[in-house]
Amino acid sequence: MSAPVIDPVRPAAPDTPAGRSPQARRTTPARFDTALGWNDRPGLAWGLRILLCGVALAIFAAPFLTIFSGAFTTHPSGSSLSFLPHDTTLSNFEVAGAQGMWDYLGNSLVIAGGGLLLQLVVCTLAAYALARHRFRGQALIMLLFMMTLMLPEEVIAIPLSLVLGDVPVVHVDLKGTVWGVILPLGAWGFSVMMLTEFMRDIPTEIEEAARLDGVGELRMLWQIILPLCKPALGVAGVLGFIMIWDQYLLPLIAAKDPTDYTVTVALATLRTDPVVGSGVVLAGAVIALIPSLIVYLLLQRSLVTGIAAGATKG
Amino acid sequence: MTAAVPAHTARRAFDKKALVPWLFLAPGLLLALVFKFWPMAKGIWLSFFHVRPFLGNEWTGLDNYTRVLTDHRFQEAIGHTLILGIGQAVGAILLGFALALLLEGQARSLKFLRTAVFLPAVTATAVVGELWRLMYYPTSDGLINSGLHFFGLGTVQFLDNPNIALYSTMAMGIWIWAPYNMVIFLAGLAGVDRSLYEAAAMDGVSLWQRLRYVTLPAIRSALMIVLTLATIRGLRVFTEVYVLTGGGPAGSTDVWMTRAYTLGFTRNDIGGASAASVVLLCVTLLLTVTVNHFRKRGEAR
Repeated sequence: MSAPVIDPVRPAAPDTPAGRSPQARRTTPARFDTALGWNDRPGLAWGLRILLCGVALAIFAAPFLTIFSGAFTTHPSGSSLSFLPHDTTLSNFEVAGAQGMWDYLGNSLVIAGGGLLLQLVVCTLAAYALARHRFRGQALIMLLFMMTLMLPEEVIAIPLSLVLGDVPVVHVDLKGTVWGVILPLGAWGFSVMMLTEFMRDIPTEIEEAARLDGVGELRMLWQIILPLCKPALGVAGVLGFIMIWDQYLLPLIAAKDPTDYTVTVALATLRTDPVVGSGVVLAGAVIALIPSLIVYLLLQRSLVTGIAAGATKG
Repeated sequence: MTAAVPAHTARRAFDKKALVPWLFLAPGLLLALVFKFWPMAKGIWLSFFHVRPFLGNEWTGLDNYTRVLTDHRFQEAIGHTLILGIGQAVGAILLGFALALLLEGQARSLKFLRTAVFLPAVTATAVVGELWRLMYYPTSDGLINSGLHFFGLGTVQFLDNPNIALYSTMAMGIWIWAPYNMVIFLAGLAGVDRSLYEAAAMDGVSLWQRLRYVTLPAIRSALMIVLTLATIRGLRVFTEVYVLTGGGPAGSTDVWMTRAYTLGFTRNDIGGASAASVVLLCVTLLLTVTVNHFRKRGEAR
């Protein structure tokens, strides 16, 4: 495979079972391009498709508009939740800020930034060893990293909270520090496996040539392998960010008191506060939503291709 | 004599070379060991004890396991987990496949639609939970209830009625995971050989037959992966339930993990909660191994 980046709509040629050439694709009539044989000619099917697309958009995307409109509306409740804001105001954000949402956002950004950096470094190093070296116990190590995927935070939450309170050997209390959230996110089996797959496909000739020039291991990784891995690093970065931002249980158990919460955890405490209305909760939701939304919209191609690649690889 | 020197350097070089991969693996292995495998081992160990802070732990053998497995709230939680997990998996797969069929294509407008429809999958679960709590608002003011009102239907207490709270949670789960599955199915659909469609059209098969005999076999591996992921996800579902209902009302949405969480963190029964987690871990591992076994067999065929 030339690159693990698979366009979910049009895969790289080697991935197509029959390996059709671009020419053959071009001459194929458009109505065989999709499983249902959609075409662009106006007609009953065309109308139905537009209608169904509208329904899909209303179900999956429109609720996000209510978050934004509600957050900017003075007293949104029930029926006034609509797709366009009215009585536009910023007071919800002021109240949410007074409730500490900006501080929680700060916690989240530090954890997401630090966690992602650590995760990328750790997983890249591990993937480099697994992909470009042969050593005893390689299969076992690969299995161990795969097992980290099968040990989600939910299943080990209770003992993990004890471990965070008293790390074995060094006996440090990580609770109440950002390290309590960042360190457990470091070794992510998915990134290790995906980066390993990618690095394996880099031709050995490049490496051998560099070795003849006396390039050491670290420089090999940094100057030869990594620049070739940019697409895979992009995928690992976006998926990692979304995964870290989605963390709920880990920041909850790693916190010593509510000021340590991340913005997603704080959102639930904001709701249980009887004084704040749904407008403030929605303002908090917007604050929690924006960073992942930005990352998604900027890099959505790598995210989607990453999920597709992960799925087709198994 | 001269031969000894190169042999010596060769051996040193070999040792150094053998050490290199382990240096690169060290950070990852260390973190996985301390924050994944050690807690897992500790959890298994603690599940055999009556855990008492400051008083010392007391060995109780399988007592925690029998207690957890015979507890009727845990038994109910198993049922809820199964209903939620299976319903959510099947619903998200069907809807995801339908979305993939609908949004397959190369037009720019379709790319935009796919980007928009995928939003639920990238949004943090906690945010989605808050959004759905407001949509499920139990009076006729609520977003969904006002919609039902528009069609002349009565208001529904989505999250407050113990009979439907679980299904309300399931609907949210389907909403989150259908777009995710859609992307995987789109990748599978893209790999279908177009000339097969053409040939099928020449043979004059119906649209349904074409889907059944051309498209479905081609995306079978994508389907298996989606099913595996969804089932494992369904078993360990926590955040969705915790932020949406907290297990209520009256425990009607309590799933295995929310129950274990309550036991461990609210009631401080670390031993019991560990036993519950170990049971879940075993089931997850068993399921993964079984599915992989069948997948390998399927591929070999």
